[in-house]
Amino acid sequence: MRSATGFKVLGVAVGLAAAGVLIGLYVSKLTTEAGSPSYTVPVSSQGGHKVVDLTIQTVAAVGPQLSPAHPDYVSYLVRDTHGKWLRRTVWKLPANATVHVTIYNFDGASGLRNPLYARPQGVDGDVMTVDGKTLSVIPPDDASHTFAVPAYGLVIPVAPVGDNAKNQCGYAPCAMSMAHRTITFTFHTGKPGHYRWQCFVPCAAGWIDGFGGPMQTIGYMDGFLNVV
Amino acid sequence: MLSSDGRKVVTAWIVLSVIATPLVAVFAPRFYAPGNGSVQATEQVFDNTVMTAILTPVICLLVVFFAYVLVVHRAPRGQELRDGPALRSDATVQAVWVTLSSVTVLFLAGFGTYELLQNGSGGGQGPSPIANPSGTKIPVQVIAQQWQFTYRYPTYGGVETPQLVLPADTYVELHVTSLDAIHSFWAYELGVKADANPGVDNIAYVKTKGPLTFHVRCAELCGLWHGYMFNNGRVVPQAQFAAWVKSQQHAFAPVAKYLPKYATTYYPDPQRRAG
Repeated sequence: MRSATGFKVLGVAVGLAAAGVLIGLYVSKLTTEAGSPSYTVPVSSQGGHKVVDLTIQTVAAVGPQLSPAHPDYVSYLVRDTHGKWLRRTVWKLPANATVHVTIYNFDGASGLRNPLYARPQGVDGDVMTVDGKTLSVIPPDDASHTFAVPAYGLVIPVAPVGDNAKNQCGYAPCAMSMAHRTITFTFHTGKPGHYRWQCFVPCAAGWIDGFGGPMQTIGYMDGFLNVV
Repeated sequence: MLSSDGRKVVTAWIVLSVIATPLVAVFAPRFYAPGNGSVQATEQVFDNTVMTAILTPVICLLVVFFAYVLVVHRAPRGQELRDGPALRSDATVQAVWVTLSSVTVLFLAGFGTYELLQNGSGGGQGPSPIANPSGTKIPVQVIAQQWQFTYRYPTYGGVETPQLVLPADTYVELHVTSLDAIHSFWAYELGVKADANPGVDNIAYVKTKGPLTFHVRCAELCGLWHGYMFNNGRVVPQAQFAAWVKSQQHAFAPVAKYLPKYATTYYPDPQRRAG
């Protein structure tokens, strides 16, 4: 009788412990990726070395099609292998790989709070190309956004669409015929890990100091590089 | 006069304290944060050791008293519970108790104040530090923003870099500020912790020792990536530091003309969207 009670207590304890672990894992996933679905970037091989082409875009307003809840949020998007733009900012990349990045920016200037981020850092040659021209800095007030992975020491200032440019994109998805800037650069992933990326430009319209809403929400101006 | 119980408890307490206090004073510092990464860190370990050593006899008294009562005055199994004799006040015990407590607390207050006034103990002291150690100091500015620390070196042309590198065996005057929200600069192994508030120049002092890699973390909840707002800093030999500064001046030369003139605080212009 006593033994049966003991087994029951043990069973309840084990069940509670297992539930605790499962809840902990779920909360961990929620807090690290905020439930944002990840996108696995296709990998190719060049001479046995892993190479990735990552194509992303930045838009002033993500639009109701990609974000019914927050259509006016500024956002990053990633292009899949079918050419479709996805609002996903958690990207799975291979470890020890070369990553060629292309950013299409359809947004205007907001300006940097810290001018230091106007300097490309942590990428090959510490330079980027903007519409084909190689640059080692842009005027800080011109920065539209940044793509930054602090753990890699990586910062790329994103050049803006001019205020008076014709055919500007109101909200995503933006056609490539619309006014945009093209930024390219190359960086290298290292060991496997979970690396956050963010924008340093206070670009969230209508939020205090431009740093609320989409700047504090994974799936818009923040995300992870899941390097595996 | 103490009762028989009192004599036994006091004897056991003195014996245990005489054994435990030196052991705690000698061995506990090995496990104390933040280690010996700087003069301030070592002083913090010393302070914590002194406090623990003073605390040890107090803990011993509680443990001995509790154990003695449990063992000696435990009610026999099956015996009806009865209330004990009434407690009577004892002027001598009260006087000893109040005196010892007062002396202990006042000593700790005086000791802590003295230690704090030596050099600030690595804490942020605001723009007008009370504890300002004498001698030559190298100023380094810590700029917090959502969500990264960057650092400026005013004696080296105001170069700014995302890395914190300090020369060994040098007094460093840290000027901690923020460009946006409230952060807190915490260089753990250096024993430095200072709030980073926008528009405030929060000064903290640290004297480095030998080469060291230390952790820097934000210690004030500051938004989405607060938990990721960390990096490693380094203390390097002075010649290596000079070479590193040159490399940073070279690496960030393209952006140097865009940096604001060095100031103790910054007020970035309202942004177009944030405005």
